[in-house]
Amino acid sequence: MQQVTLTLTNAVGLHARPAALFVQTAARFRSNITVRNLTRGTPPVNAKAILAVLTLGAEHGHVIEIAAEGPDEADAIATLKALVESRFGEDGG
Amino acid sequence: MSRRLRGLPASPGIAMGPAWWFRRTLPVAMRTRGEDAAVERMRLQAAQERAAAELAALREAQRDRLSPEELAIFEAQELMLQDPELMAAVEAELVAGASAEAAWRKAVEAFAAQLAALPDPYFQARAADVRDVGNRVLRHLAGGPEAPSMPDHPVIVVADDLLPSETVSLDPRRVLAFVTEGGGPTAHAAILARRLGVPAVVAVGADLQTVPDGVLLLVDGEGGWIEVEPDPETVRQAQARRALWLQERAQAEAAAHEPAQTRDGVRIEVAANVGSLEDAHEAFRNGADSIGLLRTEFLYLERTAAPTEEEEVAVYRALLEAMGGKPVVVRTLDVGGDKPLPYLPMPPEANPFLGVRGVRLSRQHPALLRQQLRALLRAGAGFPLRIMFPMVSTVEEIRWLREFFEDVRSTLAAEGHPLPQDLQVGMMVEVPAAALLAEHFLPWVDFFSIGTNDLTQYTLAADRTNPAVAGMADGLHPAVLRLIRHVTAAVEGTGKWVGVCGELAGDLVAVPVLIGLGVQELSVNPVRVPEVKAAIRRWSLADARALAEEAIRQADAAAVRLLVAEARPPMPATA
Repeated sequence: MQQVTLTLTNAVGLHARPAALFVQTAARFRSNITVRNLTRGTPPVNAKAILAVLTLGAEHGHVIEIAAEGPDEADAIATLKALVESRFGEDGG
Repeated sequence: MSRRLRGLPASPGIAMGPAWWFRRTLPVAMRTRGEDAAVERMRLQAAQERAAAELAALREAQRDRLSPEELAIFEAQELMLQDPELMAAVEAELVAGASAEAAWRKAVEAFAAQLAALPDPYFQARAADVRDVGNRVLRHLAGGPEAPSMPDHPVIVVADDLLPSETVSLDPRRVLAFVTEGGGPTAHAAILARRLGVPAVVAVGADLQTVPDGVLLLVDGEGGWIEVEPDPETVRQAQARRALWLQERAQAEAAAHEPAQTRDGVRIEVAANVGSLEDAHEAFRNGADSIGLLRTEFLYLERTAAPTEEEEVAVYRALLEAMGGKPVVVRTLDVGGDKPLPYLPMPPEANPFLGVRGVRLSRQHPALLRQQLRALLRAGAGFPLRIMFPMVSTVEEIRWLREFFEDVRSTLAAEGHPLPQDLQVGMMVEVPAAALLAEHFLPWVDFFSIGTNDLTQYTLAADRTNPAVAGMADGLHPAVLRLIRHVTAAVEGTGKWVGVCGELAGDLVAVPVLIGLGVQELSVNPVRVPEVKAAIRRWSLADARALAEEAIRQADAAAVRLLVAEARPPMPATA
């Protein structure tokens, strides 16, 4: 299993287009991927499910933890990390 | 039995026709037990596919009319339809013997409730999106068409309230008027009604629920009331008033390109509020004397990196050219926590409307402000350019902004750029503190433009987007009018000017009050220009002044509206 802890620096957090991009990106991988909101202390949820990701209530400044387990786990973590760090820039994801 | 229900006037005009309730709940009784899990699964899948196709079609058909936020909502809804967690919850219900409808509804509601319980209003608002997409699937399960589908004859749309994602399914050609239970004059239904040029009455209250579907309604968007099943005499009068209104509107349109002068010959500038190049073209076609508010946010939203200076120059020049040499008031970037940008990090704020927004944010990102001012000055060479700063609340801020601006200007001059000769620098007045101290701001500006939407909500402590209190946020409240009077009094005799660029400027009841208070420019939605000009021509400035003096002595907005209704000159001026 691989995991990474990140701070949401984009303006709206995991909401609206960023949430959609996050879920669509996660869905490209075969690994099981979960995400949780450490700031709010939520349990991990399925990163490929938009409703589950929205229920994290992850706002700007919140710290999230992404975990992946499966054949492409390293790639999945690297890609999602890059997406969050690019502030969900369409050209940076 | 004829009876009258009072609300708030939100868009002028008279309309009569059958009521049509815009309902998002399902009228059909629902089966709870399923036949067989496999059958139910297939039914649900088919309904989801139809709902997805519908959403995609709606999004594409409306792409140009939707804001980036609205587009993002459609996109998220399409993803919700394929959500694996939602499907897992549905599957568990199906296996336990539930019908497709019951399983789907229960799973959707569980997620909606979780979202509604989150502390952040952005996330709470998603609960409505989940329920909306849930209902779309339920309608297909019930075998229903895309509902609520409008009847094929013109109707008066009656609703508890309308969301932007809901109005896209309405056919504007069959909407005679809007009537809503909640909302205020700045609610989405009201803004849409004014854009379409149909009457609207909002904030009617719970009594509206007693109005049955199909019953004859008379809507008076000027008086702010509706009449249910009007008697024949009322119908006759209403028909005559509607004919007069249509005739006045035709006259107003014919004279739209003439300047607006009061009966005693005082010229009032009628400008347009625009947010894109297309808006500017529309403003020009509708006879706007100038652009009183160019919102520049469109340049910054819908993208992941800030625009370049060259890009900005090209866009501003195209806009200035579209107005054919008429003055254009450009507002510098006005965002805050409620409309954040991906590349401008903003810390979370408990109350973004009282937080870092407008020039407060610009001061934290001076490079962005500098680039915008450079681009404006470069594009403005040879054009009558006005630059306006939003959300100024202290004298220290305007002094800083003015010095910053002069620094940008002298740098550009030193670089050898040609600069605009006809240039003015002003500020918006949205904060009561700025209105009360207008004379202290005056030395630093050439004009004030009053943003009545924000000024009203800050004065009355009522959020105009919160349906529970939006009705209180009426810009004709005497407290707001007194603040406007402070601003015009400070400017009187100085050769500088005061404009109004909020929704209030396009409210025909407010027009005589505002010009009577000494406002010299009204900046309105492009479609409102002809009627606002016509409203100005009905009054003499002397009468308007007397009216305004009386208006500021009233106790509430309703009293001001009544006062104007009674004082309105009976005859339209000849064009």
